[in-house]
Amino acid sequence: MTPLLNGLVEALRAAFADRVLGVEEFRGDVTVLAEASAVADIAGFLRDNPLCPFDLCEDVFAIDQYRTPRRFEVKYHFFAVRNRVRIHIKTAVDEGDPRVPSIAAVYPAALFGEREAFDMMGIVFTGHPDLRRIYMPEDFAYHPLRKDFPLMGIPGSLTLPER
Amino acid sequence: MGLESIFGEGYLTTRIDALVAWARKNSLWPMPMGISCCAIELMSAGDPRHDISRFGMEVMRFSPRQSDVMIVAGTVTYKMAHVIRKIYDQMAEPRWVIAMGACASSGGMFRSYSVVQGIDQFIPVDVYVAGCPPRPENLFHGLLELRKKVGKSSVLDLPDLPPAREKRSDQPGNGKGRGFA
Ligand code: SF4
Repeated sequence: MTPLLNGLVEALRAAFADRVLGVEEFRGDVTVLAEASAVADIAGFLRDNPLCPFDLCEDVFAIDQYRTPRRFEVKYHFFAVRNRVRIHIKTAVDEGDPRVPSIAAVYPAALFGEREAFDMMGIVFTGHPDLRRIYMPEDFAYHPLRKDFPLMGIPGSLTLPER
Repeated sequence: MGLESIFGEGYLTTRIDALVAWARKNSLWPMPMGISCCAIELMSAGDPRHDISRFGMEVMRFSPRQSDVMIVAGTVTYKMAHVIRKIYDQMAEPRWVIAMGACASSGGMFRSYSVVQGIDQFIPVDVYVAGCPPRPENLFHGLLELRKKVGKSSVLDLPDLPPAREKRSDQPGNGKGRGFA
């Protein structure tokens, strides 16, 4: 870990205490594991810190780990354009209560990413101003990228025009 | 008129069917329903190298009301199917449909929940063009096959008019299927 990232991680630990659950490093990529409730605050902290302001939210997406206790992971990629540093935030939520605070107020770029994660995985981003489906029809009842969704879909769940 | 000058004082006997079919098949105006990668190949069919106008079919119309044949070039999702049907319904009779490429014909490699496994599930298809994507030559082959088919048609072949349906007042459009708007 570079000294800059190390300093950032330490600052995060100091600011969020036990809401930061851990730090992983893989080939120079640093991932901070956090409680879901802390995600929006961490995003704000990363954007506004003077050390290395992360001014670009590259992506927001969800992963279905299926058999783990906290089934859905939500991941964020932030990039500091000036410092050319990247940091990843990861949080996990339970299937029964897949709610994560929205970071759209901090990074408007996350608006669409959060809608996609909602559409495909059913993650509910609380505080999102416009959490609608982005790809599937609005009256579709499922979240198709979940691992228990059949590949060919659910018969009758999507309509075709009459021939 | 042109015919008189060709045939001088003479006259021409034919069947009205043959004359109409001849006229129809030689000026098919396509509606380029380009949805994904196959549409790139549809575009190159119009370039100088392949030159779709050799067949009298170069007048691509972006209005369905002015076109005779819809070339569906691309992957059709369930969401898009309603749009295609709506455009098809606006085309004047007689009208034909070419399913260009594996996706439009059968869903292609997208065997998945979101892709319609062949557009013939919601509109009648006259010619299927194989390939992923089909080369322009292959599309021309499809167009020539369609030309043969049109050449054999009769003015008495009544179009596949849908049965009269009650217009639903609770949604815009023609009341067919279910809109997502
Ligand atoms: S058939 Fe192949 S080239 Fe054509 S739309 Fe499908 S994937 Fe693209």
